[in-house]
Amino acid sequence: MDNTLNQAEVEKIEHDLLNHITHRKKVHNIWLGFLLLVIAIGIFAYYRQLRYGLIVTSMRDYTSWGVYISNFVFFVAISLVGSLVSSILKLSKAEWSTPLTRLSEVIAIASIICAAIIIIVDMGRPDRFINVLIYGRIQSPIIWDVIIIATYLGLSVLLLYTSLIPDLAICRDKLTTVPKWQQKLYRILAMNWKGTPKQNAILLQISTILSITIIPVAFAIHTVTSWLFSTTWRPGWDSTNLGPYFVSGALMAGAAVIVIAMYFLRKSLFLKEYITLSHFDNMGKLLVLLSLVYLYFNINEYLGPAFKMVGVEGEHITELFTGKYAAMYWLVQIGGLILPIVVLIFKKARTPFPLMVVSFMVILGAWFKRYIIVIPSLQHPYLPIQDVDESYLHYIPSWEEWAITLASFGGVLFIITLLLRLFPLIPISETIHEKSAKNSAS
Amino acid sequence: MKEKDLPNTNSDRRNFLKMGLLAGGATIAGVALNAAAGGDKATGEKVKALTTDGKLIEVDSGLMEESHEHKKPCGDEINYRQGIPGKSFVMVIDLARCKNARKCVSKCQDMHGLPVEDEWMKVFLMQDSTDTAPYWFPKPCFHCNQPPCVKVCPVGATYKRSDGLVLIDNERCIGCKFCMTACPYSSRVFQWKDPEQPEKMEHACYTPESSVPSRVGTVGKCDFCPDMARKGILPDCVTGCPNGTIFFGDKKEDIITNGSETFRFSELVHDRAGYHFMAELGTEPNVYYLPPVERLFDYETGFDNLTDEQKVFYRNSIVKKH
Repeated sequence: MDNTLNQAEVEKIEHDLLNHITHRKKVHNIWLGFLLLVIAIGIFAYYRQLRYGLIVTSMRDYTSWGVYISNFVFFVAISLVGSLVSSILKLSKAEWSTPLTRLSEVIAIASIICAAIIIIVDMGRPDRFINVLIYGRIQSPIIWDVIIIATYLGLSVLLLYTSLIPDLAICRDKLTTVPKWQQKLYRILAMNWKGTPKQNAILLQISTILSITIIPVAFAIHTVTSWLFSTTWRPGWDSTNLGPYFVSGALMAGAAVIVIAMYFLRKSLFLKEYITLSHFDNMGKLLVLLSLVYLYFNINEYLGPAFKMVGVEGEHITELFTGKYAAMYWLVQIGGLILPIVVLIFKKARTPFPLMVVSFMVILGAWFKRYIIVIPSLQHPYLPIQDVDESYLHYIPSWEEWAITLASFGGVLFIITLLLRLFPLIPISETIHEKSAKNSAS
Repeated sequence: MKEKDLPNTNSDRRNFLKMGLLAGGATIAGVALNAAAGGDKATGEKVKALTTDGKLIEVDSGLMEESHEHKKPCGDEINYRQGIPGKSFVMVIDLARCKNARKCVSKCQDMHGLPVEDEWMKVFLMQDSTDTAPYWFPKPCFHCNQPPCVKVCPVGATYKRSDGLVLIDNERCIGCKFCMTACPYSSRVFQWKDPEQPEKMEHACYTPESSVPSRVGTVGKCDFCPDMARKGILPDCVTGCPNGTIFFGDKKEDIITNGSETFRFSELVHDRAGYHFMAELGTEPNVYYLPPVERLFDYETGFDNLTDEQKVFYRNSIVKKH
């Protein structure tokens, strides 16, 4: 360890940051139990879907993609947070973000796993998933998506793992009271890490390569997701703006998710010394910046079609602005985008509680925004919707769809909770390293 | 015809074999004569059969039965991913003749055993502007030469053939529904539940050309009935139309027919100003429309078969457009 921090200081940091692994509170078990219940209800709903077919959803021939797909897009968006914090902020030398890197990587991995599961839930024949490998056509945007999701998941796991290695060694050395299997896990995963200069040099090289590589992949994952829509002729989807529009929206939602996670974890895991008020202030400013970028792409997305009002594109815009989706549309645009920008300009709003509330609005807005992107477009085909059952005209998700959607949220939180039970939330060795550097500088 | 090609129970299979024999078909192996035991089954109907030693014999059809389990008769020797050689299928729909009799819809559904909500052929009420008269617009799958559905399919379950057809292999389809969002003409239907089909359809030997039976969790659509074309039979939507609205034929032969009238395809679309629906999308459909000029029927007659509720539905949907 660095000499500029004395042994007691180092031990205090290690103790504080390992505390949540060694001292489990009862409420955490209740929380896990609750998540399992939510997931179990979702699994039951999916069982019904497997048994009776997608008829248990409210999707029909016109609205053939529903809340599953919009929820999928949402989780892909959330997964971009990993690259935002641990690559973009790290490479731009925003050192304040160090305590948030692991959190962002864990959220990214959890949401990308659940996004992949949701896409399988939406399939009419999940039993034939293997056909994607046997007959996969590289010309299809779905195959691009499969490839890029797998790549991003792989890179994210590597990014999390490599940054975790020094901390795993600390866990291996310090956590002697945890169960045997857990000690064994640390021993294997730490890969004989001793913190020698050579090991440090290799690790630094790997993590630099990874954090640079993951940026284009992160942009690609959400751009490719946007292409699932923009490669079709549907109103609202047939747009060249969709890639940056999706990516900017994802970065905004990702920042909001970090804030919410920060708020709850610093309380329940006693990390107030490490996740400080200045973190909230900085994240608040970042959120304003990202929201402004997203606002710009929103204006781009809607102004052109709204000015021209051509055919079905015009019908679609009219339905969003004044039709049956108007309430949702304006709530999302004002409550989830414009208000946060206005509110967070004020310093007082960038304190933990108000910022958490605003971030919640952003997240809620982000989820419904994807609903508004996916569903109304499908209800405005070129040919009129005629000679169909009344149920084909509307789309209100069935309880099965809601249960599965909630279960996907449960799944994300479950994975995050599980990972945080095993691994330190805040990078220990980096914290020690940075504190020493600061001390020696001052 | 499709319905007859659907061996299900033993008797169905025997019927099929008989038909195959009558047609001089190839599927006679596996049939034995049982004259001694089957005296009471004689029908008086004679069929010709080729024995294993090459003799052509004539037997009473009631005396024939299967001697061993027969192999799938749906023609494993045919590669359904390749088109029928030398063909280029095309459809021309004369909008001046349509009065929404809806026979094309129901005949197609009967033939493919489709549930009522699944219409591979649909009839729309269209109106181009408030000043112009509404007209009825039958719409099958357009079998585009630049098919957006084929482009997006992740597994090649829907594909384009050399004879112009866009078919679906519902044994490969994974049910992602991307083709449904990609098709600008809403031509595709999804089996949201286990489809209720006539029993003989459920056990039919599936090929992408027959599209029967439909399967849960997969996509279906109008297939232009190439299995019937192989036998020289017109699709049921064509023969079912009381007004001869729909013409089907072969672009290479340059002939199309509605069953009673036959035209040169090139002359008909040339002389009657044939057009593509939404040609600006660049999908190059193989379905041409003849504009609804000098109509045989007032469009109002198309409401005759509809309930009041349906009438309101149609009227509202075109009012909304303007």
